[in-house]
Amino acid sequence: MNYPADLKYTKNDEWVRVDGDTAIVGVSDYAQDQLSDIVYVDFSAAAGAQVAQGATFAGVESVKAAADIYMPVDGEVIEVNGALAQTPEAINSDPYGAAWLAKIKLTNPAQLDALMDAAAYEAYCKERSA
Amino acid sequence: MTFVPHTERDRQQMLEAIGVKTIADLFEAVPQKFRFPKLNLPAPLTEMEALGELKGIAEANESADDLVSFLGAGAYHHYIPAGVDSILRRGEYYTAYTPYQPEISQGTLQAIFEYQSLIVALTGMEVSNASHYDGATALAEAVNMSRAIHRGARNKIILSPGIHPQYREVVHTYEDGGDLQFIGEDLDLSAGPDALIDMIDEHTGLVCVAYPDFFGRVYDYTKLAEAAHAKGALLAVSVNPTALGLLKPPGEMGADIVTGEGQPLGIPLSFGGPYLGILTTRNQYVRQIAGRLVGETVDSRGQRGFVLTLSTREQHIKREKASSNICTNQGLMMLAATTYMSLLGKSGLRQVAESCYHKAHYAAAEIAKLKGFSLKFKDAFFHEFVIECPIPAAELNLRLLELGIVGGYALGTEYPGMQNCMLLTVTELNSKEEVDYLVETLAEVAHA
Amino acid sequence: MPEPLIYDLGAPGRTGVQMPAPDVPLADLPTGLVRDNLPLPELSELEALRHLTRLSQLNHSILTGFYPLGSCTMKYNPIINEETARLGGFIHAHPLQPAEMMQGSLAIMYHLQEWLKEIGGFAAVSLQPAAGAQGELAGVLMIKAYHASRGQSQRNKVLIPDSAHGTNPATSAMSGYRVVEIPSDARGNLDLEALKAECDDTLAAFMLTNPNTLGLFEEGVQEAIEAVHAAGGLVYGDGANMNALLGIARPGDLGIDVLHYNLHKTFTTPHGGGGPGSGPVGVAAHLADFLPGPIVGIEEEGSEEMGPVYGWHQPPKSIGRLKGFHGQFGMHVRAFTYILMQGAEGLRSVAEHAVLNANYLRVKLQGAYKVPYDRVCMHEVVLEGRWADAPDIHALDIAKRLMDFGFHPPTNYFPLIVREALMIEPTETESKEVLDAFIEAMLTIAEEAHSTPEVLQQAPHTTKYGRMDEVKAARQLVLCCEIPREVSSEQ
Repeated sequence: MNYPADLKYTKNDEWVRVDGDTAIVGVSDYAQDQLSDIVYVDFSAAAGAQVAQGATFAGVESVKAAADIYMPVDGEVIEVNGALAQTPEAINSDPYGAAWLAKIKLTNPAQLDALMDAAAYEAYCKERSA
Repeated sequence: MTFVPHTERDRQQMLEAIGVKTIADLFEAVPQKFRFPKLNLPAPLTEMEALGELKGIAEANESADDLVSFLGAGAYHHYIPAGVDSILRRGEYYTAYTPYQPEISQGTLQAIFEYQSLIVALTGMEVSNASHYDGATALAEAVNMSRAIHRGARNKIILSPGIHPQYREVVHTYEDGGDLQFIGEDLDLSAGPDALIDMIDEHTGLVCVAYPDFFGRVYDYTKLAEAAHAKGALLAVSVNPTALGLLKPPGEMGADIVTGEGQPLGIPLSFGGPYLGILTTRNQYVRQIAGRLVGETVDSRGQRGFVLTLSTREQHIKREKASSNICTNQGLMMLAATTYMSLLGKSGLRQVAESCYHKAHYAAAEIAKLKGFSLKFKDAFFHEFVIECPIPAAELNLRLLELGIVGGYALGTEYPGMQNCMLLTVTELNSKEEVDYLVETLAEVAHA
Repeated sequence: MPEPLIYDLGAPGRTGVQMPAPDVPLADLPTGLVRDNLPLPELSELEALRHLTRLSQLNHSILTGFYPLGSCTMKYNPIINEETARLGGFIHAHPLQPAEMMQGSLAIMYHLQEWLKEIGGFAAVSLQPAAGAQGELAGVLMIKAYHASRGQSQRNKVLIPDSAHGTNPATSAMSGYRVVEIPSDARGNLDLEALKAECDDTLAAFMLTNPNTLGLFEEGVQEAIEAVHAAGGLVYGDGANMNALLGIARPGDLGIDVLHYNLHKTFTTPHGGGGPGSGPVGVAAHLADFLPGPIVGIEEEGSEEMGPVYGWHQPPKSIGRLKGFHGQFGMHVRAFTYILMQGAEGLRSVAEHAVLNANYLRVKLQGAYKVPYDRVCMHEVVLEGRWADAPDIHALDIAKRLMDFGFHPPTNYFPLIVREALMIEPTETESKEVLDAFIEAMLTIAEEAHSTPEVLQQAPHTTKYGRMDEVKAARQLVLCCEIPREVSSEQ
């Protein structure tokens, strides 16, 4: 299981990669492994939408499970990764790279401080697998 | 008659293994004051006695088979080829359940896949589910689908007054207390689909019509579909599948959802159930359709096979986020329809449809010639039509019955202005002789 | 070699049925409304029937083998039911024929209503709901209407245990309610303290499955029901597990306000490959006026010579109609036949032996498998399909391996609160010999999980089909045959 050190994580297994006042959001390696083969991605928010921390902006489905994806911090959606509609399996193969879900403009960066770092998130995942 | 196979010796050995003395000991978790109530039920019968009893009760019905019947209104008498019941009686089908384990359920799964295909072919649509409860509930699910497709926006639903009154009741039961607004049911019955076009606006989610409608009338809904789409709304059409053996399918008219009552496809009247709900849509709305779907795939040995798919739409995964709570549907009735359509095929279903059409038109023409009788509507119709009679239809029916005829559906109860109107149905099972007898009898009793 | 698809069989010009030519003068067909092409297949009668017969042989079914699918009550469906439901008087009865002509059908429905009232301890029953899920919808809509009638529309939440069937939360959401999940405790009971904490004046209903989906009788059932009632809420009973309670306890006596029965589980109407079900609802007196209608009542009392006259009756505050006509009547005849042959003693024996069989499996499988809630169970037992020392084996592998022994697998991955759950419901109609063979297979599999795990992971081996690629099915959706839309008719 991979927990890149440069990311922040949520209890719902989303990750955030901050770049100045923008950020990229996706789901973690642990999440894709739990869901197993992803077959469908659906975005409920589009570019320009203001999405509050904890609000749903996408859903992913495997053959056995459906999961809502929540925005880790407040932000304005700059772009969603529409290509995933054709290649949902990228979430399994490259969750931290090609399978990013949304690019956002951060509107409340202070919220980032409350997210987990890689070490804390790894411990959190291991606790759940026990 | 018990179906419990245990001998006394079995019971003793099993209780010993469990470590209790008596079976009653297994129920100690049940509050004592409520445990082992005495049930007041009739003494049990053997199979022989039960069959005798049931035969007696069945004979208390004067069923349509013993009489000449022109009653339809949503449930139709058709010839059911012997092959249909021979398949339904196969224990491998009727004693299986929902095919959760595809390796040992390919029979049911492939039958559903073929049902989906045959229904797609018949309706001209792109996706069919594995079945719904009946025509009424399938229409209610179309309304649910509209809500899901529009993600909660567009809360106005147009219901044509030509939809079966019971179907509209069911839609209201399902949606009662919700945020949807229903309009259109009080439109003038002779207005036709153009009147619905005027009601569509940017808040309209769905327009619902029937084909043929409750009064047997058939319209081309192409313009209605175009008008709905122009405003961003969807069109749902509730069909009688027999009519689609002859008539242009709603898929070709631009419908987004086609529902229907599948009973005419090889399912007996059986006092109203079990029947079969047809529910179909376009590929783009496949994730909003309710109920089971079967898809093609391959197995680990490379063989073509079938599985339940897109289950993530359903209640056992989505729980409170599912758009429908349906679980068990109408599997065996799906199989009846599949068998019926497989046996009749391209030419057989067309023959049935044409036979219904011609006989109904013959009957309508002959009745219209009678003094005091006329056809209520001038529109094209399939195998049902409304006659206006010189006396109340309910009264007329009583007189017909005395002469061995089950008349049509008296419309006065549901439509207060139509006390003298009767909805008559003619199918391939009604011979010319029967129709002539009806016509003669009507003439005789109406003026008695 | 897989069975061909229907569209790959037959030939242009064939048919399985010839219909008589119309014996009336032909009318003009409606202009612009006749379809150009009816793309249905063209098979001879033998081709069609052979195809469907061959397909049937690919199914596991109760008539061909043990089917311990938990929560589904896959018991023997008496063949006599199939005869009685097809009696001419019933099968040709039109649902809109006047009640006076249909006294036989109404008698069946009336008695079935009465018997279900007696069995469940309720004041009234409606047979209208088409299946269990629709019975749930009826129940929740009645509860909603009841609160509204008392000016209590602020009641907007439904409490549902985390072990419940998915239909419970789906139904509540459909009815406009907010769902609050109640956890289970270490004994497999619902957590009473968590339940009580939610009992306030926004509580509409509590949905209770008892025995619960762990196969356990809720030990705090009375306390839970009292707490809900004290807060002004009502209790909905999910009757999926009624097979354990026949003649053992009546849900109405326990204080449940409304319950659906599954005629296709408890009362032997066949499961039909996924329906038709039938989900009558029983209610306590205070909900009787809200029942979906019409229901059957007595119009004129009978005398010694003459039976009563039955008629339709619409409950005064009915939530309305839930489906067309009168429910799944054919299923009512079957359930009627079954109850008629069981009587009170027979029904109690059904529940007793269902529970005996489940407990026998429990004690025999314990040890080889972990029983997460270790106490006397009711009609089904839930095991964990996992071992710390066989980390690569999942419940699914055990399920698939069981097929090699000729058994249908138990329900797996449900209830959600048990990891790698295997939910086994043997039912009362299985003999000790069948259970012993099943136990032997399960013990062999537990051994294989440790010694030769690949045998499980690649199972099934002896079935006609191997594991299906469900991911492919979902990613590359193919939901129907290729339909020859443009082919012109050869007639």
